[in-house]
Amino acid sequence: VATFFQQLVNGLSVGSIYALIALGYTMVYGILKLINFAHSEVFMVGAFAGYFLAAWLGFETGEAFPFHLAFLVLVGAMIACASLGVTIERAAYRPVRFAPKLTPLITAIGVSLFLQNLGLIVFGASPRSFPKIVEEEVYNVGGVILTNHKIVIFLVGLALMVGLHLFIQRTWTGKAMRAVSVNMAAARLMGISVNRTIALTFAIGSALAAAGGILFGLDQTRIEPLMGVMVGLKAFVAAVLGGIGKIPGAVVGGIVIGVAEQMTAGYISADYRDAVTFAILIVVLLLKPEGLFGVVRPEKV
Amino acid sequence: MAWATRLGICVAALGALYAAGWLLETYVIEYVVRIILLCGINAILAVGLNLINGTTGQFSIGHAGFMAVGAYATAFTVVNMEQALFGGGEIGAVAGAAIFNAGILVGGVLAGVAGLAVGVPSLRLKGDYLAIVTLGFGEIIRLLFNNADFLGGATGYGGGRPAGLPIYTSFFWVFAWTALVILCVRNLTFSSFGRALQAIREDEVAAEATGVPTTRMKVLSFVVSAVTAGVAGGLYAHLQSQVSPAEYNFDRSIQIIIMIIVGGLGSVTGAVLGAFFVTITLQLTLEFGEYRLLTYALLIIVLMIVRPQGILGQREVSLAWLRRRKGAA
Repeated sequence: VATFFQQLVNGLSVGSIYALIALGYTMVYGILKLINFAHSEVFMVGAFAGYFLAAWLGFETGEAFPFHLAFLVLVGAMIACASLGVTIERAAYRPVRFAPKLTPLITAIGVSLFLQNLGLIVFGASPRSFPKIVEEEVYNVGGVILTNHKIVIFLVGLALMVGLHLFIQRTWTGKAMRAVSVNMAAARLMGISVNRTIALTFAIGSALAAAGGILFGLDQTRIEPLMGVMVGLKAFVAAVLGGIGKIPGAVVGGIVIGVAEQMTAGYISADYRDAVTFAILIVVLLLKPEGLFGVVRPEKV
Repeated sequence: MAWATRLGICVAALGALYAAGWLLETYVIEYVVRIILLCGINAILAVGLNLINGTTGQFSIGHAGFMAVGAYATAFTVVNMEQALFGGGEIGAVAGAAIFNAGILVGGVLAGVAGLAVGVPSLRLKGDYLAIVTLGFGEIIRLLFNNADFLGGATGYGGGRPAGLPIYTSFFWVFAWTALVILCVRNLTFSSFGRALQAIREDEVAAEATGVPTTRMKVLSFVVSAVTAGVAGGLYAHLQSQVSPAEYNFDRSIQIIIMIIVGGLGSVTGAVLGAFFVTITLQLTLEFGEYRLLTYALLIIVLMIVRPQGILGQREVSLAWLRRRKGAA
């Protein structure tokens, strides 16, 4: 039973990171019907932005790091990645927005490859240890090891997701985003600036990925330029599992993937932790390809 | 042409190939021969991937995974057949070649089975699920080989011998297989099957409405593509003394994609030219490390914006086409 709760706790914290990244995939897919492969690299850049910001703000290993500075690291990385996301959209995706479907997909792969190799050149291939910007405390609750890192990750993730939900459901801008995702042409006729709305979608998604990157660094302590590939893949599977394009689906999918992965690690073997995600994807595609929250839409001819 | 004429042409071509191989391997330095062999293997990979990515318009980005399946299956078959038939004794040239080609066949078939397993769930759906499933598959297959202890785990498979795998891959076998694969894919592309695939690429709903069994066609072309990757993997395995899982990573899949984009999505000759071009440039610029892929990534993005069909597009390079161009100019 202790193992079960231990893996559940681990799964919830990892899962909320996946959920944050999955939100970016699902928001972009909802509007552009594009798998934004570069999203996993935005996540990687977010982690590195946090790394350098913490160093710049005077982080020293072993010394306490003030809370407001840790908060500043998070916000700074989110802003940096938001501008990166907007730049990617403007430079690479907008010129191919109305091209046949394959063209934006290949462009996205190209951008992802570009950022990966740029990361390898700028940051170097060897992993770096991520600063513990929140001092680690370990609690033992009835045999379950709980760290304040896990709690912080879960809470920050939850706060951002609730914030996003309120933004999308309660503000005019959020309403505009929903409108563009339902019908881009009609939204334009209603006076919504489609370009600005899409740019905003990329900004928000990328900021969430940056937050995911920092939380990931806090959780796994090591970051490297290729870290985005596997995490990005899992987050995407989470988005598909929840029903791609559906925001609550991404959250639920992320948590499910995180918990499933940690349970596999705890009960079967850590080697197959990554394989279980893939198994879930195959099962979803075979049984319920529209995902948990998705609806089947008839194809228009 | 009568079948006797065709047979004659085939025999003559194989003879010429053998002679060319002998000349190359005798008179040209090993480094250059190796690059030429890599060109041939990459041409198989590119032509095969082009069938699904270019002609059918379904994007697969895990080609290296199928290559890995073929590489391991071929090496495993060859090592065990040698052990069973000769028990570690001397193996004649003819017997060795026979075992090698049997191994490649096994590699191709197993890669095809893997392709079926990946293709059926993802190709039943419309849209770009295939891209993400193949990406996942490529990573998972590498992970499985990494953890398969009977195949050497992360250090790779060398047949459990100190000298590693026997080096069977030669100019003759590489280009005999390359010719066979190109011929098969070319004939498929310009048959009614190929037309059905193009119809799917242009408009899946319309293709279905005109009676094309879209799912079956997509899965079939995906499996053919996986088989060719398996063959290439087998050839590549016996070019080195070791099959190591780290070699069949995402970068390799991306390299093959770059080849077909540079060559032209949907063009058989374009894929071959792209494979040669990319292989040679990547080999000659080894010292630039990550800057090479950075440049290629940039090239992909720019090509997609200004010329999304690749440099050749669907055009085929042929003697008649070259002559016509000359006449026009």
